[in-house]
Amino acid sequence: MSSQEVLVPLLLTLKVAGWATFGATVAGVLVAFALARLRFPGREVLDAMMTLPMVMPPTVLGYYLLVLVGRRGPIGAWLESTFGISLVFTWQGAAIAAAVVAFPLVYKAARAAFEGVERQYEQAARILGKSETAVFLQVTLPLAWRGILAGMMLAFARAMGEFGATLMVAGSLPGKTQTLSIAVYEAVQAGRDDVANFLVIVTSAVCIAVLLASGRLLRPAAQG
Amino acid sequence: MNPVHIEVDIHKTLRSSGREFPLDVRFTCDDERGVIFGPSGAGKSVTLKAIAGLETPERGRIAVAGRVLFDSSTGVDVPARERGVAYLFQDYALFPHLTVAQNIGFGVRHWWQRRHSAELLRRVDELMEVFELRGLGGARPWQLSGGQKQRVALARALIRRPAVLLLDEPFAALDPLLRDRMRDELLRTREAFKVPMLVITHDPEDVSALAQTLVILEHGRVERVTDLKGLPYRDEQGRARQEAIRGLLTDAHREIGAARARAPMQLVK
Repeated sequence: MSSQEVLVPLLLTLKVAGWATFGATVAGVLVAFALARLRFPGREVLDAMMTLPMVMPPTVLGYYLLVLVGRRGPIGAWLESTFGISLVFTWQGAAIAAAVVAFPLVYKAARAAFEGVERQYEQAARILGKSETAVFLQVTLPLAWRGILAGMMLAFARAMGEFGATLMVAGSLPGKTQTLSIAVYEAVQAGRDDVANFLVIVTSAVCIAVLLASGRLLRPAAQG
Repeated sequence: MNPVHIEVDIHKTLRSSGREFPLDVRFTCDDERGVIFGPSGAGKSVTLKAIAGLETPERGRIAVAGRVLFDSSTGVDVPARERGVAYLFQDYALFPHLTVAQNIGFGVRHWWQRRHSAELLRRVDELMEVFELRGLGGARPWQLSGGQKQRVALARALIRRPAVLLLDEPFAALDPLLRDRMRDELLRTREAFKVPMLVITHDPEDVSALAQTLVILEHGRVERVTDLKGLPYRDEQGRARQEAIRGLLTDAHREIGAARARAPMQLVK
């Protein structure tokens, strides 16, 4: 077992999961804020759509993504003709797949957090002369921050363990798109139990650490 | 000549648990201290929130210190942040993620400023001195007593030099023993800052201690507007004043009771 066999997929996984969490957070917070504060028809349908990636098989999601961002997909063809880039079989593609799968975890947590912010604080801020942007940045976001952070940690853990959608979009190219969970699968298939054991332990340790940290954040603040 | 401080003439249909009742409130208050008195569900809160810009009436007109804040006939609806009024929430709504000093400075600090400027710090310090909050600048709202919370909320509201101070049941969240003291304090604060105030309450003691103009509200309608300045105030005749006010409120309640008997379905809450 060489260090390359562990270190390369570990670093790649952290990179993919990090970017996926970033993307899922930006999108999740914006959508959650809109759905928590605006009243419009079809709101609950949209909520269900946004939660869909949580319950759908990752391979199905991966297939949808392939149809969208693949060479012949509407987004993929546009990216290729405009920027000359292709997402399929790249780590960026893996990050997008992981972001889609992890999105509902941020979205759900952020929406609950925003709905838990008492409107009175926002009203108080408005009367104190604050614009809507300032109300969001100075009041709503800080008060919802813990819940959003907890969602981000879950999203990170979920992105780290992503397998199905990532495999569909990015494949399993060692050193390029082969993340930890895919490397585990390949190691077992190849009969490399020592590698598999080590990868499994590393993955488990990171996931447990993330869950412990998010559990800490979700506990109510020490107020007396 | 007295300046017209507050001018309200608003209409709005309120919905509460499936029932509707019309809010139809019209009064002017030329005095420094106005009190709107009425039971819960009478529409006091909505009226106060409409003045602050937190509720939008269907039609009508609101003006404070001669400035029109809302006028449905000309399409004026100044957003809450530009109305220049201060609002004291019943439970003060101090920001729990900020310290006392940050709460007080909140209305005069921009969101891109990480820290208060020296000028701002001086103003915050000044106000903390005035409101006897020295040494509490770094404390969090949940560490304060009820009276201290109210002082922080007042300081936070007055740092912006508002045109009027609106107070929503300012003493309801306080220990009854503390209320008298805080009423005196509020009166002194108002004098010091020379800001007109409008209080909503269902406590006759508030009326007695604070009101120059009394607006009695019931079922979303103004029952009567009374000038209490003529009544003796806080001397050996203090008792006479209180009794006169009690009589007024009892009269109003009797009429209200009769109105209730006539239209029980209109009742909300």
